[in-house]
Amino acid sequence: MARTVIPFGPQHPVLPEPIHLSLVVEDERVIEALPTLGYVHRGLEMLATKRDYTQMIQIVERVCGICSMLHSLCYCQGLEELLAVEVPRRARMLRVVWSELHRLHSHLLWLGLFADSFGFEALFMQFWRIREKVMDLNEGTTGNRVIVSVNVIGGVRADLDAGQVRWIRDTLLEVEASIQSLQSTILNDATVCRRTRGIGVLTKEAAYELGAAGPMLRASGIAQDLRQLGYAGFDELDFEPVVEIAGDCWARSSVRFRETLQSIDLVRQALSKLDDKLTPGELAAKAAGRPEGEVVTRVEQPRGECLYYMKANGSLFLERVRIRTPTFANIPALTAILPGLDFADVPVVVLSIDPCISCTER
Amino acid sequence: MSIEAMAIDPAGLVAEVARLKAEGWRLVTLTSVELDATRMEVLYHFDRGLTLKHLRVAVDKGGQLPSISGVFFAAFLVENEIRDQFALSFDGLALDYQGKLYSETAQTAESSPFCRYQVKTAKEPG
Repeated sequence: MARTVIPFGPQHPVLPEPIHLSLVVEDERVIEALPTLGYVHRGLEMLATKRDYTQMIQIVERVCGICSMLHSLCYCQGLEELLAVEVPRRARMLRVVWSELHRLHSHLLWLGLFADSFGFEALFMQFWRIREKVMDLNEGTTGNRVIVSVNVIGGVRADLDAGQVRWIRDTLLEVEASIQSLQSTILNDATVCRRTRGIGVLTKEAAYELGAAGPMLRASGIAQDLRQLGYAGFDELDFEPVVEIAGDCWARSSVRFRETLQSIDLVRQALSKLDDKLTPGELAAKAAGRPEGEVVTRVEQPRGECLYYMKANGSLFLERVRIRTPTFANIPALTAILPGLDFADVPVVVLSIDPCISCTER
Repeated sequence: MSIEAMAIDPAGLVAEVARLKAEGWRLVTLTSVELDATRMEVLYHFDRGLTLKHLRVAVDKGGQLPSISGVFFAAFLVENEIRDQFALSFDGLALDYQGKLYSETAQTAESSPFCRYQVKTAKEPG
């Protein structure tokens, strides 16, 4: 049977960011998939050697807009370890609040895009309508909708007063009810299930061996979530990783859907810890000296595990900043699950890894 | 402060990585770091149950390391990235972009961004 190579991307209706896949197909069956990158590479790791380590906070926030808060959190945690700074408890809890609001709006963004990938535009609109309320929370508490810029070395730069805490609680009640109202559609609707169940299966063994991360890993039955490490204030909060076992597109959407509700719960838990101390406390410990040595830190971003390696020599400039983002980890798994699929399923499966190419290329 | 990493000789790298895989460690990523004008090192990060383990391999700039993509296929992407950024080549890469992962033109020791101290073009006398 004759083989054909079909280019998928870099511009495609389902791709919010550019990645190119060379799909080798026989009839409409995918035989092989070869990814090509390089459309949005910005050299941000190199820039780390040319900006001082405090300026780098603003730069790592721009590795990815959607998980900007988690990038700066991971970066600041590394420097706090190098500088032996202990972050105040209130700041750790505030970091939980904003990082979970980020996960919430990121997953809602993805759920909408995913619905759009199989042509369910009304569902896309509903998820994005809900997301706007979370973006309002970001803007109202930090001044920005996406790149919230709250992390500083040693803590955070913003606080929440009692009125803001009440506003967040009230808004999350509405958001939670709205999300729950869409549960049966995204997880049980027959037309949705026909496009997602049994499609793009990544087995538990393959997910582990291919180094998959985040919801991609947990949807294949592996209960690993870096928040279990207890960074920021997660060590004081009660949660279990959200896991599915089917490993298909449906399982990945189920994990992300359930994680939106989990994030709401975690924000509430963190806010209740803030309530313990009604008078705003210290927000950032003073970081003295210059960083020296090397460190590896990890956080759980919406798309999965993010790793920062940093090497400092006691000067203002870091010698090396290496950023391993979750989509970078999930691309090998994507190339493994595409062969054998019908060509029509490729957009849905590509979307199911929640690809962030700006993150990946940095 | 430095991370606890086991130093490995390039010749024993693949066997050590295979041993770690057999013990249940999964590959997280690789990190390449410049050491001085002629040397660099590659750190291999592994995870098992939220615990990290690191291997450290020193190599000459512009040199070659054995690829571990035969053990962990996922390593192909980061090994190609290191090839682009540090002009370090990997022998036995499962999927070799020939220095063109991010660029349409192959990266060389002269053009690889992190090789900034490596290449000094001598000026013509006079």
